[in-house]
Amino acid sequence: MRSGNAASILFGTPENFSEGRLDMFPIVHKRQLSEAVFEMGVEAPAVARKAKAGQFFMLRVAEGGERIPLTFSDWSAEEGWIRFIFMRVGKTTHQLSHLEAGDALADVVGPLGVPTHTEGLGRVAVVGGGVGAAVAYPVARAMAESGAQVTVILGARNADLIILEDEFRALPLRELIVVTDDGSAGEKGLVTAPLKRLCEAGEIDASMAMGPAIMMKFCAATTREFDVPCTVSLNPIMVDGTGMCGACRVTVGGETKFGCVDGPDFDGHAVDFEELMSRQRVYTDLERESDAEYSKECSCHL
Amino acid sequence: MSPVEGASPRRKPSRAPRTPMPERDPVARAQDFSEVSLGYSEEQARAEADRCLQCAKPTCIDGCPVNIDIKSFIGRIIEGEYAQGVAVIKERNALPAVCGRVCPQEEQCEASCVLARKGEPVAIGRLERFLGDLDLACDLEERCRPAVGEDSGFRVAVVGSGPAGLACAGELRRYGHAVTVFESLHAPGGVLSYGIPEFRLPKSIVASEIEMLTVMGVTIQTDAVIGATYTLDELLTEQGFDAVFIGNGAGLPLFLGIPGENLNGVYSANEFLTRVNLMRAYEFPRADTPVWRGRKVAVVGGGNVAMDAARTAKRLGAEEVFLVYRRTEAEMPARREEVHHAREEGIEFMMLCSPQEIVGHDGWVTGMVATRMELGEPDESGRRAPVCVVGSEFTIDCDTVIVALGTRANPLLAKATPDLELTRRGYIVADEDGATSKPGVFAGGDIVTGSATVILAMGAGKRAARAIDRWLRDRE
Repeated sequence: MRSGNAASILFGTPENFSEGRLDMFPIVHKRQLSEAVFEMGVEAPAVARKAKAGQFFMLRVAEGGERIPLTFSDWSAEEGWIRFIFMRVGKTTHQLSHLEAGDALADVVGPLGVPTHTEGLGRVAVVGGGVGAAVAYPVARAMAESGAQVTVILGARNADLIILEDEFRALPLRELIVVTDDGSAGEKGLVTAPLKRLCEAGEIDASMAMGPAIMMKFCAATTREFDVPCTVSLNPIMVDGTGMCGACRVTVGGETKFGCVDGPDFDGHAVDFEELMSRQRVYTDLERESDAEYSKECSCHL
Repeated sequence: MSPVEGASPRRKPSRAPRTPMPERDPVARAQDFSEVSLGYSEEQARAEADRCLQCAKPTCIDGCPVNIDIKSFIGRIIEGEYAQGVAVIKERNALPAVCGRVCPQEEQCEASCVLARKGEPVAIGRLERFLGDLDLACDLEERCRPAVGEDSGFRVAVVGSGPAGLACAGELRRYGHAVTVFESLHAPGGVLSYGIPEFRLPKSIVASEIEMLTVMGVTIQTDAVIGATYTLDELLTEQGFDAVFIGNGAGLPLFLGIPGENLNGVYSANEFLTRVNLMRAYEFPRADTPVWRGRKVAVVGGGNVAMDAARTAKRLGAEEVFLVYRRTEAEMPARREEVHHAREEGIEFMMLCSPQEIVGHDGWVTGMVATRMELGEPDESGRRAPVCVVGSEFTIDCDTVIVALGTRANPLLAKATPDLELTRRGYIVADEDGATSKPGVFAGGDIVTGSATVILAMGAGKRAARAIDRWLRDRE
């Protein structure tokens, strides 16, 4: 949260990029997890105080920037910071990747969305695919803390892209299963293979999947066969993040829901994933154009 | 300073016709986002003010939802005492340059003008804008600064920085209360910032009007979602506020509920306008937020927001923009001026058409199936209800659909505040003065009434400020 001169807030342009603003959100931590994946911590006490597992916040890097939703990967109410993990995919995340501790973000708003249901669960499988592991971490932690027997399936294309493995290992989990497409770490294959095994063996009562839409789609399909519930944490495009625009609408059980206020968690067996994936691609071309422009200006020549 | 006298009684009002508003050429203006209406020059303002009869018993004032002393401010224009005229308006209205642009004067003050009987009321709105703009053209130190009351020691939180919240905040400062306005977005102004387009209400005007409120001591905290970042109860306890005004608007967009509505290329007007206005997608890629620029755009609805969306789509480069409405132009809730401007800019009106389905290919919109309607018996709103003509389906060829059917209550705050009484449709129950079921919590604007106008929300904000002031002092 910040306060300030209204005119400076409204008049901000990309040219006066964060100049002279005293009311921004300081970056207090940054760590590179793989070539294009970063962890960042930001001072935002009002948000940190309220954050719960599965919730998200909206972020704007600088004046003229986009508003993007990001899910909390960690937070400290006492110390007043929040953390998130992002992959460099477009201009906004590219810009973000160039910032360091000591820099500041223009806006951090939240916490938003309905927290993940983590109480009173029995035996649960939590699947985190790629950057989705960042979302899975606080969820698995909250579930384990409230007494659930949690099996975490951590998946990625290769060993370099497996993130937060140490953090997961420090949790009181029933089991941690690492899976990579190429077998460079853990099992070779897709996350659905161990998920299916757990279902077949009757070892889980419920499951939760967080990651790329296509992965969540297949996790839902896998569990459906065994009548094991599968909650998914969806990541549609958003603008305001508070229910005002409807950009994030998803079809769940034939009904239109808003990802931001009704979700982000939904019953994976009822979600129309094809529609979600199609809607996620609306701006792909424009985003490429925007990032290409930015890459020309910045020095990293990606 | 509040002069109540009009101009000299001996003067003879001019009998000239109403002074037209200077406007940019329709073809040129539909290419960019600069303002359409240019505003009166001093000469034009004087000529128009001179038409005012300065009635002994002015009726126009009753037509204004915030009861601006219209006779008096026009009197000051007649005399050339502009700064005094600004002060007269500011007694009642914190945002004259905004209201002079977006108020539906033709249904309010101008409808009550004695000259309206002959069809040519004084152009009160344009004169208000003239004074508002003159004030904004001054250096901050020179601008009209409404007096702030002696410090009361009370602190009031205002939820939402749209018209209701801003009007309430300004008024509370006059009573001497400390005010913090909480805004969920990154910029203040609410619908004035995200909804109404630049070409109708420049954002620099909004910013300058808000700046004066901050000079009056109003604190604005952006990036704060009440119901998420703080609950109402936290504002009233640990955050130390003595009362709260809720003016968070009716935020959730309504959709048609027809097949194909989640195809790519279908927008709510809220999303489309927010991308373009607040996020400045028209400057993409200089600004980072993209918007899909359709070639053939169908806008569904007949209100001001539908007009704004249609005219915005045109400015983004659409070759054809259709306005699809199920009744006729006579029933459209949009202001006549907006309808006229839209027509001038080449928006095609498809009246008596009701969308049935949005069709697409590969996930993208390719058209909209609609049926022809005809007008039947009047419904509960008094308007003739449209009835479907059997077998009249046809397809509108389009790649973008913008749904502008209005909004409903945003449940975010209400969900976090179980002891706040709501109507069946989720709006906050409040009395004439804005008092809700929760002690010390007042509400006004769209979140109480459902979608209405800027000035009605401002009126509600002001009334609530008076009630909050009474409530605080009674409690003392």
